[in-house]
Amino acid sequence: MSVIQKVDRRTFLKTGAAAASGLALGFYLPENNALNAQDAVGKLNAYVHVGTDDTITLYIHKAEMGQGTVTSLSMLLAEELECEWSKIRTEFPGVDPMAFGPMQGVFGSMSIRTSWEPLRKAGATAAEMLVQAAAQKWNVPKSQCRAENNGVVNLNTKERLSYGSLAEAASKLPVPQYGVALKDPTQFKLVGKSQKRMDTPAKISGKTTFGIDVKVPGMLYATLLRSPVFGGKVRSFDATKAKAVPGVKNVVQISNGVAVLAENTWSAMEGRKALVVEWDEGALAATSSATIRKTFADLAEKPGAVARKEGDVGAALTNAPRKIEAVYEVPYLSHAPMEPLNAVAHVRQDGADVWSGMQIQSVARETAAKIAGLPPEKVQIHTVYLGGGFGRRGGADFIGEAVEISKVAGVPVKLQWTRDDDLQHDTYRPASYTRFTSALDEKGLPTVWNARVVCPSFAGLRNGVDRTGVEGIAEIRYAIPNILVEYHPPAVGIPVSYWRSVGYSHNTFFTESFLDELAVAAKQDPVEFRRQLLAKAPRMLGVLELASEKAGWGKPLPAGRYRGIAVVDNLGSFNAQVAEISIDKGKVRVHRVVCAVDCGYVVNPNIVVQQIESGIVYGLSAALRGEITIDRGRVQQTNFNNYEPLRMDEMPVIETYIVPSTNPPGGIGEASTPAIAPAVTNAVFSATGKRIRRLPIKPEDLI
Amino acid sequence: MPAIDFTLNGKRRSVDVPAQMPLLWVLRDTLGLTGTKFGCGLQLCGACTVHINGVATRSCGTPISSIAGKDVTTIEGLSPDVSHPVQRAWVEVDVPQCGYCQSGQIMSAAALLARKANPTDADIDQAMRGNLCRCGTYSAIREAIHRAARYAANTSRVQSGGAK
Repeated sequence: MSVIQKVDRRTFLKTGAAAASGLALGFYLPENNALNAQDAVGKLNAYVHVGTDDTITLYIHKAEMGQGTVTSLSMLLAEELECEWSKIRTEFPGVDPMAFGPMQGVFGSMSIRTSWEPLRKAGATAAEMLVQAAAQKWNVPKSQCRAENNGVVNLNTKERLSYGSLAEAASKLPVPQYGVALKDPTQFKLVGKSQKRMDTPAKISGKTTFGIDVKVPGMLYATLLRSPVFGGKVRSFDATKAKAVPGVKNVVQISNGVAVLAENTWSAMEGRKALVVEWDEGALAATSSATIRKTFADLAEKPGAVARKEGDVGAALTNAPRKIEAVYEVPYLSHAPMEPLNAVAHVRQDGADVWSGMQIQSVARETAAKIAGLPPEKVQIHTVYLGGGFGRRGGADFIGEAVEISKVAGVPVKLQWTRDDDLQHDTYRPASYTRFTSALDEKGLPTVWNARVVCPSFAGLRNGVDRTGVEGIAEIRYAIPNILVEYHPPAVGIPVSYWRSVGYSHNTFFTESFLDELAVAAKQDPVEFRRQLLAKAPRMLGVLELASEKAGWGKPLPAGRYRGIAVVDNLGSFNAQVAEISIDKGKVRVHRVVCAVDCGYVVNPNIVVQQIESGIVYGLSAALRGEITIDRGRVQQTNFNNYEPLRMDEMPVIETYIVPSTNPPGGIGEASTPAIAPAVTNAVFSATGKRIRRLPIKPEDLI
Repeated sequence: MPAIDFTLNGKRRSVDVPAQMPLLWVLRDTLGLTGTKFGCGLQLCGACTVHINGVATRSCGTPISSIAGKDVTTIEGLSPDVSHPVQRAWVEVDVPQCGYCQSGQIMSAAALLARKANPTDADIDQAMRGNLCRCGTYSAIREAIHRAARYAANTSRVQSGGAK
């Protein structure tokens, strides 16, 4: 079990002792997907402070990129601490592995899952100590005191002491060693009810500080010209014309290209246009989308590392009365957050500071320290708001570039990426290619789930398998007796990484489309077919039933409208989506999406609905138009005209239905992205009889 | 290069920058008004939307020389206290997620309501399709624009009642 300890506030706040009085408690939030708190004994990585001035501050290793973390975490703390949740301040501290653990950041839709219990316990413990302090002051039994509304009330006399006035006395008490009781969820006053986000007022008045808004004294604005081909290097460059651009102050070479430093961003961009660079394009100059696809297709002919094996696929296929085969594929995708990447870095002899919107501060600090040539503890990381993350800001390549430019130029710099930089130098959602084989028995039920997955690896191989490559295909919930999922990690040199919902972003499209093919082959209704195979997966079945009921599955639609369904479980949550589409002049139009989600206990329904809609729009943009193509080692897409996300006039009506649940919370930030593509393409099949086996949906695939 | 004079959020300003410098970067880097955002640089995403003489305009594609003598409003100048009907509606509907595109969304919506008091869904599609949001807040934006139209209608009724 995790522990809660009193701490000296200076252990987690190294900036002076001005507010060091009051009650400070440290606690522990699990740091990885295992959500395993067993190794947490004695570890602390989050802190709550009750100040003598009545302020309550949460110091926590998170960041806000639109997912609503600050709001939901404040609600969890306030529920047990009995304070006004909207006045809790949340601070994202600098990186300190001693104080905040080895992995500070937001990823894997984990914030609520990992905080759900520890934050409430920390709140309850602080409240208990404040109540004890009040009881001692009044010299009454503890049972005569109650914590409510930022203070403790004497139930007999109705006297009241504010938390601030009790904080110092509470800090002298030992932390209760008995288990402080947590509320039963039925007693929650705040948690479980829709609350508005705390960050909205600043975001509608232009006041929120994103990375792009950071300005430090003496700072120059930088752009960087990188090799158009991945892995290319500068052979030579001529900065004469660039230096003649008004406002340009300096041009420097770094390991990743040539940087132009100027008085403002525009001059830095104009200066970059005037740079003349000769590149050594390197080994990837002959790579194209077609060569990559051939590599994938060739690999899919050979057996790969085994990701999952159940039963005997070989024997089942030999004896099968009917075999079904299909090949599915998806392209590389860019993250394209609305805020193009940027970082401010100030490297000095004795230390460095970095300001940026980043998802994983620990990685940022490690990268910055290495490039600056400084011990990590000399690098201060300042987290600001992220103008979208979606996985892209989990990397630190852009931070490393800014640090290197500052180091070489000897001034503080803000490195600003342009949109073409963003699309052409991303770490992409990998392209992927899967060959499926299945067989149906006499009753039309599948006896085999055989998949050979070809997908570049970025999260490391274990027994030859990168789980991010096979998740969503290997761990299917459908009851199929013989399963063989194999995996190949092709090395094609295009940088790849995490993209909202990771492997599920492609594998759920593959799995749910192929399953639909099996339903068609079995001459069964897609919902009925799934229902039979999910009899032993109640939460999957629950969302399937709810979505199909709310969407009116099986009921007539207006002329020209068609439905498709898909269901998925990822990150501890379950959701099913029914898409309602029409097709006009070679274009798919999505009119309505019904999503039923079971994400366990819901802390803030408002944010769950926001995240469901957000994930669907993200996945739909990719399904309808998202494609990064490679020619001569270069990305061909340059801006939102040729990598165009969904726009307002294409927005479907999205209806979200939440399954009431007392299970622990599941992840929500990435839950709804995977199922929208197959829901739409399964509807396309219903409309046209054409099975979409590659994304994005192209006009020629509809006829 | 001669100084360029214009009105910014109700105040006279004079800037001495290259004539071709886009208004976006004059606002952000020269004048320190960072509420207006950079998203694409090619007038494709709307994050940089401001009002020039009341018309929603992409500041990333507007050379500073072209606004001499004109009236520019940015998100910082839309209201002194977040009281513009569009801002109020944005709070009520809880529109923003990451929030990066929202200055531009709000400026486009405010310009729409200024010329069309009660926009239809088709009007909203038309006026807002140039503003991208990667967090997918479009449904919330649509709802908030309809709500803002109702606030504005109520406000003007009160005002006209007072004048009688």
